Amino acid sequence: MTEYQRILADMTKGLAPFTKGRVEVNENTELVGDLELDSLQIMELLLFVEDSFDISIPVSILPDVKTVGDLAKQVEKIIGNS
Amino acid sequence: MGLFTKFEGLAQGRAELGALGIDPFAVRIEKIISPTEGIIHGRHTILAGTNNYLGLTFNPECIASARLALENEGTGTTGSRMANGSYSGHRKLEQEMAAFYGKRDAIVFSTGYQANLGMISALAGPGDVVLIDADCHASIYDGCRLGGAETIRFRHNNAEDLAKRLRRLGERAADALIVVEGIYSMLGDRAPLKEIVAVKREFGGYLMVDEAHSFGVLGERGCGLVEELGIIDDVEFIVGTFSKSLGCAGGYCVSNLPELDLIRYASRPYIFTASPAPATIASARQALRILESGKDLRQKLHDNATRLHAGLAALGYTLGGPPSPVVAVVLEGKVEALQFWDSLLKLGVYVNLMLPPATPNGVSLIRCSVSAAHTPEQIDAVCAAFAKLRAKV
Repeated sequence: MTEYQRILADMTKGLAPFTKGRVEVNENTELVGDLELDSLQIMELLLFVEDSFDISIPVSILPDVKTVGDLAKQVEKIIGNS
Repeated sequence: MGLFTKFEGLAQGRAELGALGIDPFAVRIEKIISPTEGIIHGRHTILAGTNNYLGLTFNPECIASARLALENEGTGTTGSRMANGSYSGHRKLEQEMAAFYGKRDAIVFSTGYQANLGMISALAGPGDVVLIDADCHASIYDGCRLGGAETIRFRHNNAEDLAKRLRRLGERAADALIVVEGIYSMLGDRAPLKEIVAVKREFGGYLMVDEAHSFGVLGERGCGLVEELGIIDDVEFIVGTFSKSLGCAGGYCVSNLPELDLIRYASRPYIFTASPAPATIASARQALRILESGKDLRQKLHDNATRLHAGLAALGYTLGGPPSPVVAVVLEGKVEALQFWDSLLKLGVYVNLMLPPATPNGVSLIRCSVSAAHTPEQIDAVCAAFAKLRAKV
């Protein structure tokens, strides 16, 4: 299992409180389009991801994050740089 | 995708307001009568949402100073602080602000927005880190974006979360810029500055406090929350605005660091804009003298804030924070808040309506701001209007 896959698997498990069981989550799942998260819920999701991986996610990367996979890639990059 | 496609959401939002027949973002004050009264929709209205904390906009001494500057120095400077736009008054105001705070020097900007934009963008560029409270004002977010630094949010008013993020930065924490506000504009709550200073001492970094809503309001002399908590010397940069307590326009930053003067040469929002008009500078200087001369206005402001807070709490409203010049009533939904705001206006009370996503935690807010110029009778009239609408909530 690659680092990306491990992060994705952990993240997918952790997303359960945000999906409310509505859809199956994979790397292509869109945070806004599929999970219908509003800006406040995305903020909460990011805080959860930050605590889970003990990282801080810079505000500037948010426009590049559309899917769960995008977020996992950013987390991988941040962990790799730390 | 067309140039205007991105505005479709805004257009839809505006259409929804149109369907309700309410547009809180298109209010015109047809005639301003005093710091606390105006004519809106042909109706005599109490203004309780203007950030005019000390009520100095009609102060005769401020008006006389502004008039004299207007006659002697003209309507505008027509240039940047870096070129022809620094008159002796601009520099004197900087020296007076520095002396007021007991700091080495000050820079005056054209607006409070530009003070944050100009300071943060110049201080923190690519490769630097800025840590900001999640509820910081848009000008702070925009300053971070303009500078291009790595920007990290921490949980609102949570010094422990700030510490966690500084720890994650490792050695980079020593040069990080931490930005918080004295009083937060939406809910009127205060930053836990003593705890934040303690975290900064542990991990390092530079602390900037935006006192936009607390300058002239808090502290023995009106310096703000930094003075009230006795931590002026622990804060590297204090920024604020002249557009609230001083009743005119402009922004400032004071600091003990000798490098402050270099900001003038690096800050695009300082360099590439016209400086404040002489009349604005003159009225700011006069208002500062009034602020320095005593505590009467601050005492009136606090009495009025306490009166409004107690009145609304007694009616059973959920309030955003403890008594402060910003008293925010938390309501359930957007439509309810819109209708409530409109009903208040029809009852002759103007307040601010704040809707998500501009609000913390996605709440809708009826935001009142209190002035020292309000009479107790006006505060009671505001409470009476809220009482009439209580049954509808």
